[in-house]
Amino acid sequence: MTTETKPDIDIDRSVGDFRYEMDYAFDAGIGLNEATIDYISDVKGDPDWVREFRKEGYRKFLEKPMPTHWATKDLENIVFENIRYYLSQGQVPKRTWDEVPDDIKKTFERLGIPEQERKFLAGVEAQFDSEAAYSNIKAAVGEQGVIFVGSTEGLKEHPEIFKKWFGKVIPSGDNKFSALNSAVFSGGSFIYVPPGVKVKHPLQAYFRINAQNFGQFERTLIIADEGAELTYMEGCTAPKFETATLHSAVVELVAMKGAKIQYITVQNWSSNVFNLVTKRGIAHEDAEVKWIDCNIGSRLTMKYPGVVMKGKGARGEVVSIALAGDGQHQDTGAKMIHAADNTTSNIISKSISLGSGRSTYRGMVHVPKHLKGCKNNTECDALLINSHSRTDTYPAISVRGQGNAVQHEASVSQISAEQIFYMQQRGLSEAAAMSLAVNGFVNDLVQQFPMEYSVELKRLIDLEMEGSVG
Amino acid sequence: MSAPSSSSLSIRDLHASIGDKPILKGLTLDIPKGEVHAIMGKNGAGKSTLAKIMAGHPDYTVTSGDVLLDGESILGIEPDVRARLGLFLAFQYPMEIPGVTIANFIRAALQARLPEGEELEATDYYAKLYSKMDALSVPRNFTSRSVNEGFSGGEKKRCEILQMAMLEPSYAVLDETDSGLDIDALKIVSAGVNALRGPNIGMLVITHYQRLLDYIVPDKVHVMSEGRIIHSGDKDLALKLEAEGYDWVEKEYSAGKSAV
Repeated sequence: MTTETKPDIDIDRSVGDFRYEMDYAFDAGIGLNEATIDYISDVKGDPDWVREFRKEGYRKFLEKPMPTHWATKDLENIVFENIRYYLSQGQVPKRTWDEVPDDIKKTFERLGIPEQERKFLAGVEAQFDSEAAYSNIKAAVGEQGVIFVGSTEGLKEHPEIFKKWFGKVIPSGDNKFSALNSAVFSGGSFIYVPPGVKVKHPLQAYFRINAQNFGQFERTLIIADEGAELTYMEGCTAPKFETATLHSAVVELVAMKGAKIQYITVQNWSSNVFNLVTKRGIAHEDAEVKWIDCNIGSRLTMKYPGVVMKGKGARGEVVSIALAGDGQHQDTGAKMIHAADNTTSNIISKSISLGSGRSTYRGMVHVPKHLKGCKNNTECDALLINSHSRTDTYPAISVRGQGNAVQHEASVSQISAEQIFYMQQRGLSEAAAMSLAVNGFVNDLVQQFPMEYSVELKRLIDLEMEGSVG
Repeated sequence: MSAPSSSSLSIRDLHASIGDKPILKGLTLDIPKGEVHAIMGKNGAGKSTLAKIMAGHPDYTVTSGDVLLDGESILGIEPDVRARLGLFLAFQYPMEIPGVTIANFIRAALQARLPEGEELEATDYYAKLYSKMDALSVPRNFTSRSVNEGFSGGEKKRCEILQMAMLEPSYAVLDETDSGLDIDALKIVSAGVNALRGPNIGMLVITHYQRLLDYIVPDKVHVMSEGRIIHSGDKDLALKLEAEGYDWVEKEYSAGKSAV
């Protein structure tokens, strides 16, 4: 199995690979049982319904099997008893960086978050282990009625909106990891955009894991009311530890009639992180949900962002880029559930496998018999950088009835020695040639990212390539 | 054998093979700066292989002899270092690089020639690019197309000459640049090459048709056969080869050898 191959290439992950010592005021200890959940509920001051929701999630977590009958056996290496499920300094998210404790602030400064906020963001939330350290939106955006807070604050301060949608797009029993998240969730964003409000600049969340043997379980809920528009971006990093770390988020999006949500992820976890995330959006009539998903880091990522097109004319889109370096497995894809007439979905997936890295595409497109005028387009392209990398495509397309159109294209390509020689003959080093070819391969997708992120993405790809040749 | 000039591309008694198969068997050639030489020969004479070996293609092994660029040996160094030293190869079959635009590709190649920390000035770059494109009758929308992807034969060759014009090499090897060109494209490409001729560049034009040499008139013509140069002459040699074929040269060469 490729996943068991020892990494023979040392990839430069210097961006996020640093750590400052921390004292945690609240630590749920190692392992998971009912007492852990009560501890988390007590520390967070959960209302009763949330405590009950957690316990229900815990029961489902115990019941649900690991998905190893279809997924990688590497999942069995997660030892749930060795993980710490909640760690915080007891901080309340601050509205200005000056108020953020120095030891946390220096981490985010080093990652460039305050600077990005000044330059091009409408709001930022920065989560450090279990809790947000900073959360703020620009005054002009807040004045339009946009709510952008952490999930803890969201459920307490805005229960009338929060409760209506929380756990509705992704029920806690959806899969073992969504159940686990429901039991121990902490952090993540709650966003509400009022009818007709179009938020011009992106809102951003940054997730940072600082502690070893830790599990981060943020929970994000975004509601764009009728005709509202929003772009949300998330980034994440962790220092590299010897032992496995678990990141298992749940993200629910609701786009009401005519609303548009664009959700952008640049995932750059260190190579010891299991990244097992459930993401799904509901698109009502004429609404649009678009996931732009970029996975560069982690040991194993399993993530299949989905869109349920519930209203007529709704659109769903998943654009994903996965880069599986040595020893990594990116198991990603998309789920498109057509549940109304004239709904349209589009999936474009590009993966790059390097060294012993492995990428897998899993897609599900479902169009039931009674629907008319539904369309899906799926394109999966895989690029293999050297002979022992591996790529698999598992498209599951079930389309019934007439008058629905589906199109699926897949390709696997390699960067040939002749292409590299050609570029070298123009004066580019082998690594620079490789970078250029890989950037070319994902270029059309990268252009869909906001400028600042596409520059970052290009830099990350360059770093990966530098480590992979010579 | 004359001593190699310090201002030339000089190939000295070069032997090279692919696997166990010898391809070059003692080839010697001297291309001084400011001159254009042509190599002609039948298919399979080793002409294109010679070009790749000079550029450092990893499939070939040099077993003896040397290649000197302005007096310095370039054997054993990486292809990109040779390129930055001033050697350019216009490929017979240029490779496609999907998703990489011509503008970005040439820019990356120029950037690779700058010292660390120095950035190419974008406005100067585009000004130069556009003027070279105009000279080669290349439409402006060329810059945003991916390198060679979906190009016609003529477009690929023009793209090669555009790169040569931008990179300003001190020595250029043009491998079968006329193949796949109709007469109009041939004229444009030849005019582009002629515009680059001058005292600061030495060129080696590889072809097996006389036709190209009507437009790019060489200072010297060499005949290659079985991995060596067997005859050299002035531009009229090309005309004679066109009219009489290669057999007489080969016969003369074998006769000369047996006489020795």
